[in-house]
Amino acid sequence: MRTDVDIEAALGRMAEGLGVFSARNPLMIGIHTGGVWVAERLRRLLGLQEALGSLDISFYRDDFTRVGVNPEVKASNLPVNVDNRHLILVDDVLHTGRTIRAALNEIFDYGRPASVTLAVLIERDGRELPIEAQVVGAHMRLARHQHVKLLGPEPLSLAMQEVSAREDGA
Amino acid sequence: MTRDLQFDASGGLTHLLTLEGLSRQTILEILDTAESFIAVGEREIKKVPLLRGKTVVNLFFEPSTRTRTTFEIAAKRLSADVINLAVAASSTSKGETLLDTVRNLEAMRTDLFVVRHAESGAAHLIAQHTPPHVHIINAGDGRHAHPTQGLLDVFTIRRHKGAFENLKVALIGDILHSRVARSDIHALTTLGVQELRVIAPKTLLPTAVEKLGVRPYTDMRAGLADVDVIMMLRIQRERMQGAHIPSEQEYFRVYGLTPDKLECAKPDAIVLHPGPMNRGLEIDSAVADGPRSVILPQVTYGIAVRMAVMAMILGGREDTPGRRA
Amino acid sequence: MSLVIKGGRLMDPANAVDGNRDLYIDDKGFVVGIGAAPAGFKAARTIDASGRIVCPGLVDLRARLREPGFEYKATIESEARAAVASGITTLCCPPDTVPVIDTPAMAQMIQSRAWRFGFAFIHPLGALTQNLEGKLLTDMEALDDAGCVGFSNAFKPVIDTLVLRRAMEYCATFDLTVFLHSEDPWLRAGGRAHEGEVATRLGLPGTPEAAETVGVARDLALIEHTGVRAHFCNISSARALTMIAQAQQHGLPVSADVTAHHLHLTEHDVVDFNTQCHVRPPLRSARDREALRAALKSGVLAAVCSDHQPHEPDAKLAPFAQSEPGISGLETLLPLTLALTDEGVLGLSEAIALLTHRPADVLGIDAGRLGVGDTADVCIIDLQARWTLEAERMISRGRNSPFLGRPMHGRVTHTLVGGRLVHEYQTG
Repeated sequence: MRTDVDIEAALGRMAEGLGVFSARNPLMIGIHTGGVWVAERLRRLLGLQEALGSLDISFYRDDFTRVGVNPEVKASNLPVNVDNRHLILVDDVLHTGRTIRAALNEIFDYGRPASVTLAVLIERDGRELPIEAQVVGAHMRLARHQHVKLLGPEPLSLAMQEVSAREDGA
Repeated sequence: MTRDLQFDASGGLTHLLTLEGLSRQTILEILDTAESFIAVGEREIKKVPLLRGKTVVNLFFEPSTRTRTTFEIAAKRLSADVINLAVAASSTSKGETLLDTVRNLEAMRTDLFVVRHAESGAAHLIAQHTPPHVHIINAGDGRHAHPTQGLLDVFTIRRHKGAFENLKVALIGDILHSRVARSDIHALTTLGVQELRVIAPKTLLPTAVEKLGVRPYTDMRAGLADVDVIMMLRIQRERMQGAHIPSEQEYFRVYGLTPDKLECAKPDAIVLHPGPMNRGLEIDSAVADGPRSVILPQVTYGIAVRMAVMAMILGGREDTPGRRA
Repeated sequence: MSLVIKGGRLMDPANAVDGNRDLYIDDKGFVVGIGAAPAGFKAARTIDASGRIVCPGLVDLRARLREPGFEYKATIESEARAAVASGITTLCCPPDTVPVIDTPAMAQMIQSRAWRFGFAFIHPLGALTQNLEGKLLTDMEALDDAGCVGFSNAFKPVIDTLVLRRAMEYCATFDLTVFLHSEDPWLRAGGRAHEGEVATRLGLPGTPEAAETVGVARDLALIEHTGVRAHFCNISSARALTMIAQAQQHGLPVSADVTAHHLHLTEHDVVDFNTQCHVRPPLRSARDREALRAALKSGVLAAVCSDHQPHEPDAKLAPFAQSEPGISGLETLLPLTLALTDEGVLGLSEAIALLTHRPADVLGIDAGRLGVGDTADVCIIDLQARWTLEAERMISRGRNSPFLGRPMHGRVTHTLVGGRLVHEYQTG
């Protein structure tokens, strides 16, 4: 099933929404893998000079005892100190909120930011934690067994998946 | 009739007792996982919450500060609770049996035992008698195996030398008594190095050592010719009492790694040592502190490798559908 | 009770008997007729042995009964019962009990306990030196009088060659047989497995073959010097066999035995540190096993024995080198020997000889034969029966065997000791 979300338009809306934060000299951090792709596009759109940070949240997942360790874990890379910085945390899809919870835990193991603003390309229903995004590209309402996935890096596209039993919460 | 104790019914690693019988794929998976833990050790907060709530017991029947400390650091970086038990083991005293010691500790809800024992096969025995939710990592059993050392050694080689297929590797020292040597040999033959040599006097070479897939040399210069990786083994000073070597001076003269013997190897050869080093006995200080030595990085890699092994063993344990195999 | 064993294939290699013959036994427990009943004979009981082998009760050259001193492992009663259930009617036990069998009282005690239970006959070996310490001689003449069939220092080789020489000379004085476990203690030094490729891979301390050959060489030189009759226990290596064969060819009065397990297992059976395969001397190479099998055929080896060493479970639940060596072997002595006939190593008659009159001859006792006038120690075997060795069904108190779960064939259906039925296999 294809979606009729216009990704370019969504990215544009996000860039517009983030414009108000540029005065704070924000540090943009993408969550692997889809969040990094979105962050790269946003960085270009916003003309940010500073290098992107990237986070792999595998070690902070709350379902480790169930799924185990993934040997393809990419290293998290925060090239600058996060202390007292305003962070823009970017992910592709906001669903249960668990990935963002893990990302926040990991960021705070690196240091103490001044603030964290969450920007997501797709916000869909199904929250299991009290987490919301300040900047959203597009909203979607899906059934429980339906998932949306960002494919990329070039070109970026969205694909729908039907999942039978367990979701890996995002 | 050999059931591989180390894997559970769905093929996941449940104990690490020996590198013998591990596939190349499994070894590489462990190395790749360790790679991702290196970065954790380079941050200011060197901790991830993976094993929070798990209890790891260091059950050391043989004293060792170094190995025990690195396992402790690894477990704590994974946020596990760590208990250190140094058990005085006397084979002649009629004290508590090995299995009784383990059973008492299991009753305190231990998830993982890291066991070091003076007798070969001790970790196997324990693994054969513990319930499925208890896991064992062998931190050294007699002369038999020291699998995490073998893994960190090949991790070091991969990091500094890349692919294994073209490497000539030499292990030097007390092969006869060395569990590190045996684990290194299994890892390197599985990973397919081009040539694996052992260099020692006959008194320190085990019977039929070629059957392990190595080429024995008693002449050190000949054995070092054209070698890419030199792995030094510790020689215990007690070997003189057992009439294995005559004196430290003679051993150093013939089998010690000095800068001039090092020149027999390739110019970019690297030197490893499991530690602690006997400077002036098996290795000259100039080599230990020289540019080819990767001995200090080995220690850092050892923490990441042990984190990887613990995470792989304790992760993915719940029996649910959709679990990654 | 007088009885007749009817319809079986009587195999008595000592008397060159092999064919369908009925066996007649009187009420005093002696064989009185073979093939035809003696005049006026009335059997109070008939045992039907059709389709079965009828042979002399088996003679086991070495079995430890653990009493006195190690009753937590087993007792004379439990092991003698296991013996007769396995067709073994005569056992020889080594002197390393606690206290050691170095006084006539100890020798008599063991025999009378065995007699009281009424299962297998037990002939003890006396200690060669006091308390097995290898220093002072024992009262061997008195011990011989008290029933010891030979003298041994068990697993403690006499290191002082002068003491060993004197002990052998003393045995020779009274025409006593010395039983040797030849081993050089320094070469053995802490070894627990055969020094070979398996011990190298598993990192187990190894006993080299030289430990046995050096021991045998030394002992042979002294045997030649003193003229004592000697028996080498538990030979495990091809090289030692060669040396013994040579000595026999030169006319030295030496014999040797092998354990049933050394005929089947090798160092490769020590997989995963299986302590059930921890034995002393260790299981050696495949080449050694082949040489041992060949030596049964050529006659260099006089007997197959069980080397029975029952243990409590904890003895084997330790890391290999700390576990106690030994296999509970009474119940597998016969089937393992019969298995060699399946594999074409031996004929059936040769196999029975190795378990009956030939070990009896080593001990110098009247057993292992069923001629007229011999004591009716009889074993009836169903060769076709197939069974599996299971721990819960073992009769010995020791369940320590690497053969658990292994299919066996050949089951003892009846055992008679002195004409009395002491064992009958019940189905179900």
